[in-house]
Amino acid sequence: MEIDVEHVAKLANLPLDEKRLEILGKQLTETLLYIDRLNEIPTEKVEPTSQVTGLTNITRDDTVSAPLSQEAAVGNAPETHNGYIVVDAILEE
Amino acid sequence: MELYELTVAEASKGLQEKRFSSSELTSACLERIRAVEPELHAFVTLTEEQALEQARKADFLLGSGEVRDLLGIPISIKDNFCTNGVRTTASSNVLKNFVPPYDATAVRLITEAGAVSLGKTNMDAFAHGSSTETSDFGASRNPWNIERLPGGSSGGAAVSVAADEAIAAVGSETAGSIRQPAGWCGVVGLKPTYGRVSRHGLIAMASSLDSPGPITKSVEDAALMLEVLAGHDPLDATSSPLPTKPYRELLKEKRENVTIGISDDYFEGVDPEIVTAVQTALLEFERLGHRVKRIKLFDPHYAVAVYTIIQRSEVSSNLARYDGIRYGCGRDAFGEEAQRRIMLGTYSLSAGYYDAYYAKAQKVRTLIVEDFARAFEEVDVVIGPTSPSTALPAGSSKNHPLFGEVSDALLEPSSIAGLPGISVCCSFSKELLPISMQVIGPHFMEDLILNVAHQYEQVTDWRSRKPDL
Repeated sequence: MEIDVEHVAKLANLPLDEKRLEILGKQLTETLLYIDRLNEIPTEKVEPTSQVTGLTNITRDDTVSAPLSQEAAVGNAPETHNGYIVVDAILEE
Repeated sequence: MELYELTVAEASKGLQEKRFSSSELTSACLERIRAVEPELHAFVTLTEEQALEQARKADFLLGSGEVRDLLGIPISIKDNFCTNGVRTTASSNVLKNFVPPYDATAVRLITEAGAVSLGKTNMDAFAHGSSTETSDFGASRNPWNIERLPGGSSGGAAVSVAADEAIAAVGSETAGSIRQPAGWCGVVGLKPTYGRVSRHGLIAMASSLDSPGPITKSVEDAALMLEVLAGHDPLDATSSPLPTKPYRELLKEKRENVTIGISDDYFEGVDPEIVTAVQTALLEFERLGHRVKRIKLFDPHYAVAVYTIIQRSEVSSNLARYDGIRYGCGRDAFGEEAQRRIMLGTYSLSAGYYDAYYAKAQKVRTLIVEDFARAFEEVDVVIGPTSPSTALPAGSSKNHPLFGEVSDALLEPSSIAGLPGISVCCSFSKELLPISMQVIGPHFMEDLILNVAHQYEQVTDWRSRKPDL
């Protein structure tokens, strides 16, 4: 089984060096081989289960309740400016 | 008997009868923590001052005749529950400096019930594991033998209760994380039905499975804690609107003629000492007038594969939020286990592989759900070993990419089906390590499994054994 670990790491947005990629690649293959046993079970006519509560379309009234203060909401951000979170520029001039 | 050795029920009685104060009880627990923590490392963060303050407040309320379920009781909280103003790390470097601006619903509920919070307990980082060795802040150790693992991911929670540091603990389970460490540490662990206890403010691992629940010294305490924690929460759309039950009161009425299902696959590859212990426990149930019936459940090894895919897919999705911009550190702070899980999850959800992995696992999940539903037409509960082994040596989880999934093989099927389960101690091994069994019931039948486990606890005295610390 050939897995493009570099591509997966890019999708996952994980900064990994060559050595880590190699180890993770091996472990990924090992785990997928273990999972392969599911193919022994026929599931052509089976519906998937995404959750088991039996609840669907839970809604609530669209009313405003006491929100966190702006100060509390951004309190954990490493860098803020006037109550806003500072991020790196993504567009270049 | 020392104050810190009391159960919730015993301590509540003592507080109501004014035999001791919450301040005395809390100080006793804090002293115990100071004495045993260097060896055990159950806590990531201690909130000593807050605890003593809450205890003083509880004493004032007790003095004015106030009655609340957990009034003045010192409790530990797993470090993946958000606590307003108290650092919450999920034992990961990613969140090493995260101070939540709000309480998780479970935390709010125990606080409103009057509990004293001792601090936040250690866990596998982001709950990824069954050893508590993947914590970025150092492993916890098993109080029965410090060369052994406590299990996980609620390892610190189980240790805090087994070592009498806390009177009870709040933990969480995705598939095994309450029952397995409780089992390895010889205490009671209750995983409620998915949706019975709100997940709001619980740092998400696999959202279709995560279930908060108690770890306690007795089954009665588990019932009492569930009464506080259970219920619908508008902040968690998957929490159930079904009414809760008076779990503690329902223990008093002994359920008769319970049909207990056992499945051979749950005993295969299990340590022979554990098999013997569970069989002996089943004889005890027969003496109590219950019936044991052999049934055939879906081979748990398939559940391990289903669980691995579903959990890792949901993990990769949930951990995508950690970008170090709004809170916490960046994605370079993830430990090896999180990397491993994110990678597999990302792969199984990626274009071209979704049907082969995630969709396939969800279909087999349906078969497991249906299999249990069929079983519960024949039997009232299912009993089996909690874990295939007793507490494994420290270091066992290293370099084993499926350690958690495999050591929880017997717990994953019921978790996948969202069923409630309880682990109770049922013997000790030759090496003096706790051996535990689990009782699994149908959805929302926590009262039944608690009743069955309570009956067993009443006629055995494993609970009276304490680790030598």
